Amino acid sequence: MRKGSVLSAFFGVIRRDALSLWRRRADALNPIWFAAIVITLFPLALGPEAAKLARIAGGVIWVIVLLASLLSLDALFRADLEEGSLDVMLTSAQPLAVLAGAKILLHWIATGLPLLAITPLAATALGLSPRALPVLLTSLALGTPIISVIGACAAALTAGLRRAGMLLSLIVLPLVVPVLIFGAGAVEASLTGASTTQPLLLLAAGLAAAVSLGPLVCAAALRLGNH
Amino acid sequence: MNTFLIWLNSFGSPEKFHRVALRFEPWLLALAVICGAAALYLGLVKAPADYLQGESARIMYIHIPAAWMSLFIYGFMAAAGFCALVWHFKVAELMAMAAAPIGAGFTAVTLITGSLWGRPTWGTYWVWDARLTSELVLLFLYFGVIGLYNAIEDQRKGARAASLLALIGLINLPVIHFSVNWWNTLHQGNSINLFAGKSSIHESMLWPLILMAFATKFWFGASLLARTRAALLEFEAGKEWAQTALFGPRRPQA
Amino acid sequence: MSDSPDDSVPLLAARGLAVVRQGEPIFGPLDLELRAGEVLLVEGGNGSGKTTLLRVLAGLLAPSHGQILRAGIESEDLLAPVGFLSHATGLRADLSPLEQLDFFACLYGVRPGIAAMAALHSVGLAGFEHMPVRRLSAGQRKRCALAALLHTANHLWLLDEPYANLDRDGQILVDRLLEGHIARGGAALITSHGLIEPQLSRVRRMRLELADA
Repeated sequence: MRKGSVLSAFFGVIRRDALSLWRRRADALNPIWFAAIVITLFPLALGPEAAKLARIAGGVIWVIVLLASLLSLDALFRADLEEGSLDVMLTSAQPLAVLAGAKILLHWIATGLPLLAITPLAATALGLSPRALPVLLTSLALGTPIISVIGACAAALTAGLRRAGMLLSLIVLPLVVPVLIFGAGAVEASLTGASTTQPLLLLAAGLAAAVSLGPLVCAAALRLGNH
Repeated sequence: MNTFLIWLNSFGSPEKFHRVALRFEPWLLALAVICGAAALYLGLVKAPADYLQGESARIMYIHIPAAWMSLFIYGFMAAAGFCALVWHFKVAELMAMAAAPIGAGFTAVTLITGSLWGRPTWGTYWVWDARLTSELVLLFLYFGVIGLYNAIEDQRKGARAASLLALIGLINLPVIHFSVNWWNTLHQGNSINLFAGKSSIHESMLWPLILMAFATKFWFGASLLARTRAALLEFEAGKEWAQTALFGPRRPQA
Repeated sequence: MSDSPDDSVPLLAARGLAVVRQGEPIFGPLDLELRAGEVLLVEGGNGSGKTTLLRVLAGLLAPSHGQILRAGIESEDLLAPVGFLSHATGLRADLSPLEQLDFFACLYGVRPGIAAMAALHSVGLAGFEHMPVRRLSAGQRKRCALAALLHTANHLWLLDEPYANLDRDGQILVDRLLEGHIARGGAALITSHGLIEPQLSRVRRMRLELADA
């Protein structure tokens, strides 16, 4: 008897989670609706004055993407824990970090990517200067995976708690402050004509660190819940 | 296991810890009071007023040591959490969790004194200054650790989860500090520094700072031992040593 | 089975194993040994620590005292996959039994010679292969989890109350699966609260008393 290869386990987790996500695709769209509604709220609260909205558009979109990503984190490991498939993953003797990595990747594909897709629309609606849009998209592409990684670690720590939502935000938000600063800062820099290379490179460095360390930390957090 | 670990582990026996802590607590507390009183006297009475900010700058004898402690305790908490995670020392778990509220307290003191200091200096209680903003994020990090610990029903599991979070926070702390500084220079309008125009501190202002730094360390030590001891007694209330410690012949008044 | 382990070394052994939680003993200290071709039945009433024992043996929970030997090597971590069945069956509500088996196979590897479809048919789930687990009954879910055990490659099975939620046919099915498993050189540790008598040719028993009794 051979055990399944690590690669097949990785894609097994991705395929299963993608399938169940697809069967519940109405739920999966919730972060997108949330982001769309909150973006609508800003002009309603601040007034439709185009110059004012354009000035804050970058920061507003960054904060909204951050909050929308948080929404779906709560459920990241809940199903695995409740139905017992976390036990299945643990007893399969596969490296848990790889399986956690698969879950993180799918979280990003399911929330980060769609949010990235609606960003041009949101930026246009808020009147963000077109020359800042590529910078905004690049910063989001680099930053949203970091949010997924840190969020998954926090979700693993709070897995099994009945009302983890608020606590999850309390844990995640201070940790992602640098991501927000460099992401929104890059957009700000592109508006004022300053160099955007530095914040974007810092985000890229953060992404490299998060991708390499995050799954290990996430696996350690999941094991803590059992030990 | 090397000898250091064996020594740590023997110190980690709850009963021994209780005994040692009980002996050290009053001394640490006395040292804290003496150093603190001396520092306040030197700082508030003897030291000259700041030539730029006047008497209001004297709040720094509280503000700066508290700011040091807020970082120091976070580092301590993460280090104790590391020991708890790697070697499963029960005392280390409780110590890390006992340190968290103390650190949050010092962070709150830093923020409050900073904002009080800001009123005469900047004309407003709050300015999004890099230091104060970093400190605010640090307070939220503490809240996350405390919140996670309290939310998990199994105390030991909660302590280990919160320890891991403290470690993640420790790695993130320099990044947060750097990013907030970067943010502050990006938005030039707010770059007011509490120490603007001051290149060196006069000796008469240095002594009270150093003394207060010692006072806060001693206070932290005493408070940490007392809190850990109380948590241990609560956790092991059913054990014989805890019963003797609480109601036994040695401490009948308890 | 060509690569079945050496019979002289127990697949799983525990010495002085005990779990203490919040100062209260859950079970133990106890010793046990499980060799290839053996079924060990752990009996005990509700709250006697059967489930906790199983989780410790499966590497899901760290024991407070004692050591676990897997294939003769001391290790708390798993060295090879373990077939684990608990009250939470590990099935996702939105997926069909066939998709579930696929997932299990990706993680554990497939036992040669038993296709997923055949495994589902042999546990009596013919006709339900494509129905979401959400719409299956508790007994059918249990059968699906059993099919996953049959379909995947594990020497060691740790089954918590495998007879629970099953009808008479289902209980006979569990016995048949266990017989087949040990005949192939596997080993199983199963728990029971004592109401159902396993009809097995080779079974050893171990009684788990309430720890604080």
